[in-house]
Amino acid sequence: MSKNWWKALSVVLLLYVAVAGLLMPVPRLAILNESIRNLYFHVPMWFGMTFILIASVYYSVRYLRTPTPELDILAHESARTGILMGVVGLATGSIWAKYTWGAWWTNDPKLNGAAIAMLIYGAYLVLRSSFTDEQQRARISAIYNIFAFATAMPLFYILPRLTDSLHPGAGGNPAFAKYDLDSDMRMVFYPAVIGWTLLAFWLAQLASRVSLLKQKVYEKQLA
Amino acid sequence: MQKDFRLEWRQRAALNGMLLYVGSTVFVCYLSFSLRGGQLPAPAWNALFWIVLLFSAVNAVAKGFLQESRGRMLYYYTVVRPQAVILAKIGYNALLLLGLALVAFGLYAVVLGNPVQNVPLFVGNVVLGAVGFASTLTLVSGIAAKATNSSTLMAVLGFPLMVPMLLLLIKVSKNALDGLEFDASQSSLLTLVALNMIVGAVSYLLFPFLWRS
Repeated sequence: MSKNWWKALSVVLLLYVAVAGLLMPVPRLAILNESIRNLYFHVPMWFGMTFILIASVYYSVRYLRTPTPELDILAHESARTGILMGVVGLATGSIWAKYTWGAWWTNDPKLNGAAIAMLIYGAYLVLRSSFTDEQQRARISAIYNIFAFATAMPLFYILPRLTDSLHPGAGGNPAFAKYDLDSDMRMVFYPAVIGWTLLAFWLAQLASRVSLLKQKVYEKQLA
Repeated sequence: MQKDFRLEWRQRAALNGMLLYVGSTVFVCYLSFSLRGGQLPAPAWNALFWIVLLFSAVNAVAKGFLQESRGRMLYYYTVVRPQAVILAKIGYNALLLLGLALVAFGLYAVVLGNPVQNVPLFVGNVVLGAVGFASTLTLVSGIAAKATNSSTLMAVLGFPLMVPMLLLLIKVSKNALDGLEFDASQSSLLTLVALNMIVGAVSYLLFPFLWRS
């Protein structure tokens, strides 16, 4: 239990977010109306994605220092979880955009940046699948992972802030000042960020365990 | 380092091919647009120019590692440090792309008209673009050369990585086309320089690991 407390915390926080996020009072804003509740689901996805991708880069750096298959699997599964979070973030954002801006997709720097960053990480998966030698695959995808992180992060956090955009957090204005003035929302939003981030790490851990076990089974069959 | 640079320079057989590639691409653009008659609108001019540059950059840089024979790689490995190799490759590719870009710009201006109002800004932007493309694509081509289906991989890995740079470049060159003051594009230019430095530093750090295999 002492090692797994954060998983329980994640479950509790997410249950709280699901209940409180849908039932607690929210400020009445024009256009946004009740859809503002999506803040608890859409925004934490990106937080979770960023943290899990940082973890992935950390494992890749460690892999390059001391190559072990475990670190490679951890980096790979973390990146995959990050991609999953990113795709869900794009999907929730798209639904939100439909009901507030009137279109599933708008030509907006933040949206396009996020989509391209997903393409960059999609290329990571393609790269992994095009090697047959395991060690070479691990080393080269670790290199690409670090490189991809360095080019993808400006797409999320630097470029959209330079241009005008419909999306909050662009055109020089910080993302949260407008909505988080309401302290009721903060009570749900911060737990949501922590909960979804912990869930991402949990997912990555589970996926890594599964692929480690698969590898062990495979090695046993060979022996 | 300088010697390595010269080695690169010596195998410039691809250069003429690349020049021809750029020339014919520009000419095809010219022919297909001249059917409509009249001047190309500035945004289309701009977009087309960068697309031509993008494709010729990918083709030019891909040759860098893919055509390298295994024996020569081994020879480099024993003679010089990996950092020197990547710096030389980036430098060579940057110069190559710069030459290509200027030739393309010249040809392009001749056949499709030259709506650029602020030429120094435009050329400075092209220089930054060449350096940025070179530092991104050199490492990517190094990665792609290790894989089995390298030419597809080169495009798949390279294009998304270059998009942030390309967006900024297109924005700045649009400003140059419209003849805006330097102040209007200063922040974008600074971001571009910063992006170039990030990408260059990351390739410098990562290349030794790639080299070892």
